[in-house]
Amino acid sequence: MLVLALDTATPASTAALVEVTADGLAGVVERRTVDPRAHGEKLAPEIAAALAEAGFRPRDLAAIVAGVGPGPFTGLRVGLATAASMGQALGIPTYGVCSLDALGRAAGPGRVLIATDARRREVYFATYADGERLTGPEVAKPADVAGLLQGAVGASLPAGVLVPGGASVAGLVDRAAGEGALKYGDVFGVPVEEHLLHPPGAALVAIAADRVREGVPSEVLTPLYLRRPDAVEPAARKPVLT
Amino acid sequence: MRDEPLVLGIETSCDETGVGIVRGHTLLADALASSVDQHARFGGVVPEVASRAHLEALVPTMQRALDEAGVTLADVDAIAVTSGPGLAGALLVGVAAAKGYALAAEKPIYGVNHLAAHVAVDTLEHGPLPEPAVAMLVSGGHSSLLLVDDLTAGATPLGATIDDAAGEAFDKVARLLGLGFPGGPIIDRSARDGDPASIAFPRGLTAPKDLAAHRFDFSFSGLKTAVARWVESRERAGEPVPVADVSASFQEAVCDVLTAKAIDACRSHGVDTLVIGGGVAANSRLRVLAEERAARHGIAVRVPRPQLCTDNGAMVAALGAHLVAAGVAPSRLDLPADSAMGLTAVSVPG
Ligand SMILES: [Zn+2]
Repeated sequence: MLVLALDTATPASTAALVEVTADGLAGVVERRTVDPRAHGEKLAPEIAAALAEAGFRPRDLAAIVAGVGPGPFTGLRVGLATAASMGQALGIPTYGVCSLDALGRAAGPGRVLIATDARRREVYFATYADGERLTGPEVAKPADVAGLLQGAVGASLPAGVLVPGGASVAGLVDRAAGEGALKYGDVFGVPVEEHLLHPPGAALVAIAADRVREGVPSEVLTPLYLRRPDAVEPAARKPVLT
Repeated sequence: MRDEPLVLGIETSCDETGVGIVRGHTLLADALASSVDQHARFGGVVPEVASRAHLEALVPTMQRALDEAGVTLADVDAIAVTSGPGLAGALLVGVAAAKGYALAAEKPIYGVNHLAAHVAVDTLEHGPLPEPAVAMLVSGGHSSLLLVDDLTAGATPLGATIDDAAGEAFDKVARLLGLGFPGGPIIDRSARDGDPASIAFPRGLTAPKDLAAHRFDFSFSGLKTAVARWVESRERAGEPVPVADVSASFQEAVCDVLTAKAIDACRSHGVDTLVIGGGVAANSRLRVLAEERAARHGIAVRVPRPQLCTDNGAMVAALGAHLVAAGVAPSRLDLPADSAMGLTAVSVPG
């Protein structure tokens, strides 16, 4: 079954084709433009190019898997609107996967912090053990991540491992990945996997592979916003007379 | 291209999620979802709230439009989408979805200008537009006078608001009178019981010295402040505020300026057709006054019915159908959402 994977939760616009078989999956093609302001322009051409490169047409798709974030909202919605509209037009199911989970899965064995850039000097983050999510996703200032993790995973760690105070996540995780980890590497104080910055299409599909195989009903793709809209109710009217 | 193309239009430039389907000049479906209620307590449209609502509403709204028209995406000749102007994040949801539909169904896509779509929608009601025409587009987001020589090619902006949009002025005055949001329909209703001549509110940019530089421009900020001052001095004096009279006098000031400048634009350009669009075109006083003044100069006024004046998908589909029928080349899949899109082109060139 040919599956289209899309992700726009980071500055990357990613479009990938993955073949899902009864007992595995095989990447066909992955295309990506990295530009935080270009999702709206680049994603659709990347999808068209991926299909053309692999010699397929849209009607050959059996399902679409989309990264539902968390990520900066404007770009994130581009991926989800595209996935939902294509799914509707083709009459095929769409499945959502947490974008951080795709990075966590791709990061492989060990304890890993995945952090992406949430702008406003904050990161979206989650932690993983051997590819499975332990905590998150959450949004916080990089310096506050260690404290939040100690509260969340500290209980499961052996005595003496906790790092009291400080912003380093050393001791809580072995390494970090994602462009937020790269940007705030000095704060986190653990090795950063610099090659793993954006959710890979194959990892998105791997997480949803069982849903694809079993033909689970299509899911409404709802973004993981994690933040409320910035909007203030107007105060009482200001006098205009002096 | 064919004479009567089947075109689907998607509109998400502000707080209305619209999907319309037309065949040539015939409206087949006009499905709409609005997030207006979610903005009410903020007294104006909150862009992020609107964008979230568009994403939720698009697929169901599309389904309703397709069902209503009895067509499938495979049947359509082209997909048109508002590329701009409008709220950047809101536009992007519609543009991304339109690309998804166009890509999946392997159809051409037209990224079109929202203002030109407000003009084109009139063809669904009154048939082909006589050209040249003057268009006055008045809503919460825009107040412009345009000269339309050829709707396929573009339009020449003659003037626009230099501060608040006309609809924005209605919203602000409704709020200071404690009437609610959106202000247009509420003021229109309230004004019915009032005397439009009871209070002499200012007419912005109509004094001879302003006309020299701003003959076809509008200004509503001073009017809004004048209303606020008037209401406040009443309150300070401990006197009741005659809400209906204030509504009627304010509405009269807005409509007086809009129609006077629109007729002046027609006369100075030798044009005998005036098209009015946008949410404020639904105002009952504006329609009456425009007809009255236009008749004196032999100018025909075309105003689509209120549902087609406010933002909707049908207007985008109508413009798309016009472009397809005229053989205009479609846009490309990398077409941008352009929040400040001008009218030099009616669609994003391919
Ligand atoms: Zn409009």
